[in-house]
Amino acid sequence: MKTLLRPAVTLFLLFSGLTGIIYPLLVTGIGNLMFPQQVAGSLLKVGDKWVGSSLIGQPFTDPKYFWGRPSATAPYPYNALASGGSNLGPLNPMLQEVITARIKVLREVDPDNSRPIPIDLVTASASGLDPHISPAAAEYQVSRIARWRKLAPATVQNLVQQFIEPPQWRVFGESRVNVLRLNLALDQM
Amino acid sequence: MTAHAYLQLTLFMGLLLLCVKPLGEYLAHTMEGQPVGWNRFGQPIEQAIYRLGGISAETEMNWKQYARAVILFNLLGVLMMYVLQRLQGWLPLNPQGFGAVSPDSAFNTAVSFVTNTNWQSYAGESTMSYLTQMLGLTVQNFLSAATGLAVAIALIRGFARHNAQTIGNFWVDLTRSILYLFLPLTLLLAVVLMSQGVIQNFATYQPVTTVQPISYPQVKLDSAGQPMRDGHGQPVQETVTTPTQMLAMGPVASQEAIKMLGTNGGGFFNANSAHPFENPTPLSNFLQMLAIFLIPAALCYTFGYLVGDTRQGWTLLTVMAIVFIVMAMITMAAEQGGNPLFTSLGIDQTADPSQAGGNMEGKETRFGIVSSALFATITTAASCGAVNAMHDSFTPLGGLVPLWLIQLGEVIFGGVGAGLYGILIFAILAVFIAGLMIGRTPEYLGKKIEAFEMKMVAIIILITPLLVLVGTAITLMMATGKAGIFNPGQHGFTEVLYAWSSAANNNGSAFAGLSANTPFYNILLAIAMWFGRFWIIVPVLAIAGALAGKKRLATTAGSMPTHGLLFVVLLLSCIIIVGALTYVPALALGPVVEHLIMTGK
Repeated sequence: MKTLLRPAVTLFLLFSGLTGIIYPLLVTGIGNLMFPQQVAGSLLKVGDKWVGSSLIGQPFTDPKYFWGRPSATAPYPYNALASGGSNLGPLNPMLQEVITARIKVLREVDPDNSRPIPIDLVTASASGLDPHISPAAAEYQVSRIARWRKLAPATVQNLVQQFIEPPQWRVFGESRVNVLRLNLALDQM
Repeated sequence: MTAHAYLQLTLFMGLLLLCVKPLGEYLAHTMEGQPVGWNRFGQPIEQAIYRLGGISAETEMNWKQYARAVILFNLLGVLMMYVLQRLQGWLPLNPQGFGAVSPDSAFNTAVSFVTNTNWQSYAGESTMSYLTQMLGLTVQNFLSAATGLAVAIALIRGFARHNAQTIGNFWVDLTRSILYLFLPLTLLLAVVLMSQGVIQNFATYQPVTTVQPISYPQVKLDSAGQPMRDGHGQPVQETVTTPTQMLAMGPVASQEAIKMLGTNGGGFFNANSAHPFENPTPLSNFLQMLAIFLIPAALCYTFGYLVGDTRQGWTLLTVMAIVFIVMAMITMAAEQGGNPLFTSLGIDQTADPSQAGGNMEGKETRFGIVSSALFATITTAASCGAVNAMHDSFTPLGGLVPLWLIQLGEVIFGGVGAGLYGILIFAILAVFIAGLMIGRTPEYLGKKIEAFEMKMVAIIILITPLLVLVGTAITLMMATGKAGIFNPGQHGFTEVLYAWSSAANNNGSAFAGLSANTPFYNILLAIAMWFGRFWIIVPVLAIAGALAGKKRLATTAGSMPTHGLLFVVLLLSCIIIVGALTYVPALALGPVVEHLIMTGK
């Protein structure tokens, strides 16, 4: 056993330094040189204020804004210090309860809209920080935004169209709309 | 299944298979000490490491020495990980000022990361300092993957050698895999991930002013910190408004890369690869999926190459691919089918170009159904355990597939190294059963399979079902165990079964509703992880040693071929029958009943 101890301890220390210090620092260095904006969190600035990250969603409840995915983080939605999903099982009565409540809120602020609600607008995301909604979910909200902001629906519709991101390289993932970016653009109209 | 689903699956398998031969060959040369490509530049570093450690690279170990080295090295890892977590409050790189991790959680995490399980009972962004993430978790991500790879290479040597006493030198295998395989690949992947938006910094958590202030109800506390109560004894709620969202930061990309390539799966953040800072784009997601299967797939080729018959490796790979593709299609179809509840509430869950549709509870918009279901199948087929969607919210069948893939023993691609030695154990079982049927001494690759090997195979195949089924039973009989269950009914049972399956098979994913950060779960699951790892590794090394000492018999007209369609069917049947016989009763109580209730309404 004694003959094993020296190599074990030496290798452990050497590899700890190599993979636990040198390697992360090297990656940090490369990141700062090549992708300074991304490695810092893809932060968005309006004026001289950081208003968010284009990758992290924010909670919107004001009918004037597009709403994002429901978020199950505690104690408040989109808490970026406690990422996570609802973990509600498909048959859990709580799931039916929360979804019914979300449908009610959506119908109340937009009573004239009788279209079926897109699924992603009433189900909680996995991270609780999902920055996107589907194009369907954005289009569902166009008439409400237009009414509350006293804009022509076509104007809002055009804006949504501009913010639809197609699947990456046309093959990966889904079409989506970044809610925070869309709302920032809406505020600037 | 949608056309998009077929496209993703085809693209994924196509790219994966393209990498198998070049990487597999590279691995074979590297692990046998033949410098190829840029390896030559590493020679001085490699030699310096041996000198410092007093290691003679030419001196090989017999299987007992090899096993002792593996155990000692990994025990050292557990100890250091534990100490680091307990002391992190006094150590640097802790901008959020996190205190010591609780003893039971620290013990669980230490065992979890050393055994390549990466089960996480803690939430990264609110528990671990940057130093712990780097020097503890990232390091063990490398070392546990390198350990698995070393053991697999040792077993390959057992088949490839004849009349030999030794199966290699653990220190040399460890060093070569880290220097020439893991470090270059992770560096490359980390850079690509950063280009997609994975963060990598040492900043304190970043406050941002949200567009709309955040209001939420909170229980009002009195001056003693107790909840204030109204006349009816109900807690008084107050509305809190904050204009600030705090964004968790950290050196994520460097950890993310080895988390996938080493089939580790432990997330920097609680939401793991669902978190946009860990997995920001569909492309980063695709690369992460590819990274999980990359080395386990290539190792099949390495095996064939080193035993001198690449058909043997392709045969194993074919079996893996068949099971995986069928399973992936079931998961995707189940999740796309969605939940009848949603339709009854008047929600639109049909897939069209403007939305993914299906069961979107616990899934991210950018991944939709297809990339989430595919990821779930990959991460559980391999013993990775990273998640980009919450398995607890999957439909019953969508959740059954990941659970069963784990229970098959992590041999469908499996962990780095662990997948290959796992499926080779099943291959030995398959030739043994075939040998019994035709009344001949079983042989695999010209090695006679005798009583000693079969005893070891039996030990390996029995240990995980024992841990999983007995562990689940004990948990469900105890109040402390049942207290952790989140979802009611069959789903709650599945949460416990999933936790034990994940721990004992070193996967690490979870039905995460389960509150597992309690001394009860932390300690019991840590024990399951340890034995699920090393109770397999030691007998595998024993088999390697026994096989290395045997003659390699020449192939004759009488020997059964272990490549080709017949053997594919035989091996496939062995894996499925063992997996099904062991777990069908338990699965029937959980996801199967749940599925019948869901569709019966």
